[in-house]
Amino acid sequence: MAYRWKNDLTAQDVTPYDAFLNRRQIMAGIAGLGLGTIAGPLAAAGDELEPNSWEEITSYNNFYEFGTGKEDPAENAGALTISPWSVKIDGMVDRPGDYDFNDIMSKMTVEERIYRFRCVEAWSMVIPWNGFELADLLDLAGVQSGAKYVGFETALRPSEMPGLKYPVLDWPYVEGLRLDEALHPLTIMATGIYDKRIPRQNGAPLRLVVPWKYGYKSIKSVVRITLTDKQPVTSWNQVGPREYGFYSNVNPQVSHPRWSQASERKIGGGLFARRTPTLMFNGYEDDVAELYSGMDLAKHF
Amino acid sequence: MIVDRLNTAQRRIPAWTIYGLGLAHIVWLFWLGLSGGLGVEPISALEHMLGETGLKLLLVGLAITPLRRFAGINLIRFRRAVGLTAFVYITVHLLVWLFLDVQMLGEIWMAIVKRPYITIGMVGFLLMIPLAVTSNNLSLRKLGPGWRRLHRLTYIVVLLGALHFVMLAKGFQIEPLAYLVAALGLLATRPKWRGRSGPGLSRVSRG
Repeated sequence: MAYRWKNDLTAQDVTPYDAFLNRRQIMAGIAGLGLGTIAGPLAAAGDELEPNSWEEITSYNNFYEFGTGKEDPAENAGALTISPWSVKIDGMVDRPGDYDFNDIMSKMTVEERIYRFRCVEAWSMVIPWNGFELADLLDLAGVQSGAKYVGFETALRPSEMPGLKYPVLDWPYVEGLRLDEALHPLTIMATGIYDKRIPRQNGAPLRLVVPWKYGYKSIKSVVRITLTDKQPVTSWNQVGPREYGFYSNVNPQVSHPRWSQASERKIGGGLFARRTPTLMFNGYEDDVAELYSGMDLAKHF
Repeated sequence: MIVDRLNTAQRRIPAWTIYGLGLAHIVWLFWLGLSGGLGVEPISALEHMLGETGLKLLLVGLAITPLRRFAGINLIRFRRAVGLTAFVYITVHLLVWLFLDVQMLGEIWMAIVKRPYITIGMVGFLLMIPLAVTSNNLSLRKLGPGWRRLHRLTYIVVLLGALHFVMLAKGFQIEPLAYLVAALGLLATRPKWRGRSGPGLSRVSRG
């Protein structure tokens, strides 16, 4: 199941130093997912993805359990106990139970995935995640045939998460995906960044990454995954149903009611950074558009 | 008495100190933005710090009269400088939004028309312009009682500023609401400020 989606240059490439530098860049618009093509450099005319620095990725975070400021998570997340850690997988699965993080890791294939990351606040990054496909984790538990959705829940630890004192959201943070979205090969559980263990402010020890959706869908520090036949409640949809839909696919044509989503600013450009146009499905249109064929995306935003 | 000592001490500080500190702080913020001191996303950080400081100064300006009335601390000498410095912060906040944040002219107009929090912020800014222009002794003399009436626009400006902040917060956040509560609280200390013309203070002390 692993390696169903390929960066065009991966850690497997044996490369001279010049090319090694390029390993950190992948091309946008890789064609032919699932069609068996091997995407080469020519398949990707256009923009190269230059990953953000470790410092940028780990110092500018939205993780409201640790405070609403962008630097709060890096400052406050140190108290989070991440070992031991287990994920309860329940609902419509054949083998419900508490899955120990280390046991999970021993069964999963970890790959590097260099993805765009687009926040609903109209900033973006490129992040070299390490992680495994969510589909592989769900296979461990055995998804039953009636299941249609997957719900996720973040840890709720008032003694370790100072942000929980404030009713910014209805804690714990919850998110959800349709089952086909969850099983899509782009959807991963990230456990690392730049081949290092994922820092707490980024969602240690494991967090969801769904690169074609706004960042808040990519729920952090997951303790529970529930398979259901009903659309799960999601935290941001709960506080602002007009502003945050269940799908939350990146879509430059559908504005957030309070600001435009047509453009974004990539973190790291300094005081004079230019805005760039936001891409449909955050640049993963070729990979995921078919999941939504026939749906009115302005209505199901 | 501490109040007397404060009142004596403040006389030794020239009012222009406020302008100097404000301008130095703004230059300092830009320097931080350029040198990485505002984090990895300096545009938003700069924009927010300028806006928030402007709002704070508006609240300080609004606190000067009640401070004199209820605590006997007289800082009235600084009020013009505080108000004008707030105007400078908010002007620079707007310029950062226009030229560093949004950048695209077409987008700017759309944002002002379509995004209520930006509409409210813009109205607040526009209402500040006549106040800034008339914040000098000549205007004060020329406008007579009308000056005081005109400058009651501050009350609306502060409310719009706080509302602008509340409306752009994601989720339920305490900080912007605290500003709104502070603004409402300070306004509540000014009864009958809708009045016709007369000198507000004496009217209040009579009623």
